[in-house]
Amino acid sequence: KHLFFAAMSFFGFGQSADIDIVLNDADTRKKAEHKSEDGRKDKYFLFYDGETVAGKVNVNLKYPGKRLEHNGIKIEFVGQIELYYDRGNHHEFVSLVKDLARPGELTQSQSFDFEFTHVEKPYESYTGQNVKLRYFLRATVGRRLNDISKELDIVVHTLSTYPELNSSIKMEVGIEDCLHIEFEYNKSKYHLKDVIVGKIYFLLVRIKIKHMEIDIIKRETTGTGPNVYHENDTIAKYEIMDGAPVRGESIPIRLFLAGYELTPTMRDVNKKFSVRYYLNLVLIDEEERRYFKQQEITLWRKGDIVRKSMSHQAAIASQRFESSSHPEKSPTQEIEENS
Amino acid sequence: MSQPTVADTRRLCSKPQDLTDAYGPPSNFLEIDVFDPQTVGVGRTRYTVYKVRMRTNLPIFKLKDSCVTRRYSDFEWLKTELERDSKIVVPPLPGKALKRQLPFRGDEGIFEDSFIEERRVGLEQFINRIAGHPLAQNERCLHMFLQEESIDRNYIPGKV
Repeated sequence: KHLFFAAMSFFGFGQSADIDIVLNDADTRKKAEHKSEDGRKDKYFLFYDGETVAGKVNVNLKYPGKRLEHNGIKIEFVGQIELYYDRGNHHEFVSLVKDLARPGELTQSQSFDFEFTHVEKPYESYTGQNVKLRYFLRATVGRRLNDISKELDIVVHTLSTYPELNSSIKMEVGIEDCLHIEFEYNKSKYHLKDVIVGKIYFLLVRIKIKHMEIDIIKRETTGTGPNVYHENDTIAKYEIMDGAPVRGESIPIRLFLAGYELTPTMRDVNKKFSVRYYLNLVLIDEEERRYFKQQEITLWRKGDIVRKSMSHQAAIASQRFESSSHPEKSPTQEIEENS
Repeated sequence: MSQPTVADTRRLCSKPQDLTDAYGPPSNFLEIDVFDPQTVGVGRTRYTVYKVRMRTNLPIFKLKDSCVTRRYSDFEWLKTELERDSKIVVPPLPGKALKRQLPFRGDEGIFEDSFIEERRVGLEQFINRIAGHPLAQNERCLHMFLQEESIDRNYIPGKV
């Protein structure tokens, strides 16, 4: 066996080198958990829009003394959307390249610095039922027959500030002469750790209600035109009333979002997919008949309060997303005020 | 600029409930009993009838207390009408029991007490489930079944 592999590498087959991508701020940069396609949760380095991505590509020769011929060494920063039913086509919305070495040969293991400055990362990383949006670094050593490459996935979060306009949702719905309710949710836009505060007011009850619940539904839409596909997933079912209400009763709602696996609302990302959330108010009567009213809500990701120990770059990046009441002050002072 | 560190979870303001609404009778009272099975007719043309009594305070029903006499085929008629005209999924009726109608049985066949009771229970569940459905309540066939003395099979189907 050993003899066989040695022969393989002598003729240039197989991996004669391996690649390592290491970020410069690997010690200080925060990691975020992200679910992979198979459901496993892994941690990845967390980046925001505008942050620089810098590090080193280490090319380690497996057989020191044996030269490695190559067609060039490069590193790419890629942001792409993958539709599961169309795996061959990756839709790249960010594609940056840095050449690290011209075609030549390596006589020993070598390290190459790279920096992608203030990279635009317009969308949040997303792994869903039918679509995946991911960002990654890919280092490639070009070879005649088979390139040697290595990928390093990162996670991107998109931050928003408290919306200026955030009206409550208030509506009267029902079935004529049978059931009239007025429901109210305190906001239409909620951040991922927010609380939905609301109430259901019964104006007319001529059916025998057994209980009432609120469901959070996530709808992932992929495809366009005639090939649109909606995947609905009930993220939560939360009972808010058990028993039969009468006219004039008011049932409170208090639903803490932090306990559920939610992402920000994503509308028409790169014209490829959407992820939207709905509150579904469901009333069930004694014969198991269901009466429901669905209402869309917007979810957004709130930036954490910036700490002084964060890297300066990340501070600048989150600066963009904190609402600024003193624009003329320097960024450093603003941070001190907040912390 | 400070952001709230604790989410505002105070309840939204509601109007206080009127005491008559709180303690008054609920306006969703609807009860239908299927009872008192009687065999009518003689010989091979015998059949069983049941009393169907409805008590309700729903405004859509003209009579708040009604009692009619119906047989199994009347329930079948109602099921057919509703399946055709309304958008509801009509629950199943208790079985037709054709086997029980064959001759040379050891028991009373369709006039066996236990069978009649089983059927009575099934018919009661059926009519209660339908009558409580807001969409079924719009159909004239349901009102005719529950509140008119006899069913006019030549009626004009429609909404109330």
